[in-house]
Amino acid sequence: MIVSVRDLHKRFGDLEVLKGVDLDVERGEVVVVMGPSGSGKTTLIRCLNLLEVPDAGTVRICGHELTKRSAREVRRRTAMVFQQFNLFPHMTALQNVMEGPLSVRRVPRAQAEPQARELLARVGLADKCDCYPAKLSGGQKQRVAIARALAMKPEVILFDEPTSALDPELHAEVLQVMRELAREGMTMVVVTHETAFAREVADRVVFMDGGTVISQGPPSSFFTDPDHPRVRAFLRLVAS
Amino acid sequence: MDLLVDFLPDLLTGLCVTITLGVVSFVLGSVVGALVTVARISGSRVLRASAAAYVSVFRGTPLLIQIMIVYFGLPQLGVEIPPIPSAIVAFTLFSAAYLSENFRAGILGVDKGQWEAAASMAMPYWRTLRRIVFPQAIRIATPAVGSRFVALMKDTSLASAVTVVELTRVAEGIGTSTFRYMEALLLVGLLYWGINTLLQVGQQVLERRMRRAYA
Ligand SMILES: Nc1ncnc2c1ncn2[C@@H]1O[C@H](COP(=O)(O)OP(=O)(O)OP(=O)(O)O)[C@@H](O)[C@H]1O
Ligand SMILES: [Mg+2]
Repeated sequence: MIVSVRDLHKRFGDLEVLKGVDLDVERGEVVVVMGPSGSGKTTLIRCLNLLEVPDAGTVRICGHELTKRSAREVRRRTAMVFQQFNLFPHMTALQNVMEGPLSVRRVPRAQAEPQARELLARVGLADKCDCYPAKLSGGQKQRVAIARALAMKPEVILFDEPTSALDPELHAEVLQVMRELAREGMTMVVVTHETAFAREVADRVVFMDGGTVISQGPPSSFFTDPDHPRVRAFLRLVAS
Repeated sequence: MDLLVDFLPDLLTGLCVTITLGVVSFVLGSVVGALVTVARISGSRVLRASAAAYVSVFRGTPLLIQIMIVYFGLPQLGVEIPPIPSAIVAFTLFSAAYLSENFRAGILGVDKGQWEAAASMAMPYWRTLRRIVFPQAIRIATPAVGSRFVALMKDTSLASAVTVVELTRVAEGIGTSTFRYMEALLLVGLLYWGINTLLQVGQQVLERRMRRAYA
């Protein structure tokens, strides 16, 4: 088990956002998290690398229980792809991808650079190595962000709505990269409303509502035969 | 014009002293200011409170008082510093307080997503500051820091109060010996203006280059 979440609680002031979430993710599994706005999806995956500190419950990543002390260890084994990319604007695409290996994994530059070039080639951006983020389209930025995540050699990548900030015509190029990662066996937790992607790529869809997981299952049954009225309502909404 | 010719050596010396006071205090002030900023955003409550108190005191009292305390006050405690160094000490401490505010605003202006991206890749705190936050904070802070430099250049005229013979004192001297205060003061005013115009042009060039570097 790469990710194991038990009875996770999180509140912001008076607002209880996570009300006892359980979630398991196995090695090589692609888990898509769906649910209405405000249901706690972002908060949940931010708890997995301690960008949010949970109030109660446990998170285990690769067997390490996540605490303030173990945060660095856990973050070395996870990577996150943000909705707003969060690329480093003062670094080129190549420098963005090399930063983790140089600063955290302590890979010598002579090794880090060819590896970073290879990763950028893998996301289809071999010719953009020397571009600053300001010169890239949203889809290209997100692909650099994915390459940057891969450069950490993570055991699991957390995606928070990776296509939501993009124009519709740019979704496909990002989803294509993610599809390939899934095929290569990368463990992924993906918050997204992209149902086509979920149907095709996910091993399991997890549905959150009101701070808990109210339904989960393989996409075949989740989409064709939803077992919960809230899921049915949500799917109708997303489809329209 | 004849004043300029007659007193050229004095004016040049004064100009040199003024520029030295401004540049040296600005550089030292930036270093001290950076340290104060680091203290202000540190995890230690004591450090944060001391830094905040420092900033509050040096921003909340007249610069002239600070200069006079260093030059006239400290000797009472057995610390005697010659005029130019004591002016530099006062200007440094004073501008450090303001600059630390500019630096801090720059750091707070860096998008929170930058910290999160660095944290999510397990980058240590200091490394995040150095590699990710400072380079962006400096860009944000540059306009304010530039204005501070210009303000400091003008503030150096207060050093005349502790016998430093910088431009303002030179003008006073010319005035007393020739009774042509008006011309003397206008002349050094023009010199200050010239220095600051150069500084502002330099700042604009710097800002333009930084903008270009992002693209
Ligand atoms: N830092 C915060 N402080 C206060 N409230 C917050 C904070 N972060 C999230 N919330 C609130 O917590 C609730 C859940 O937020 P969250 O971002 O996890 O939802 P979500 O399922 O990701 O929604 P969306 O689909 O809109 O992204 C929302 O009501 C949100 O306003
Ligand atoms: Mg969200």
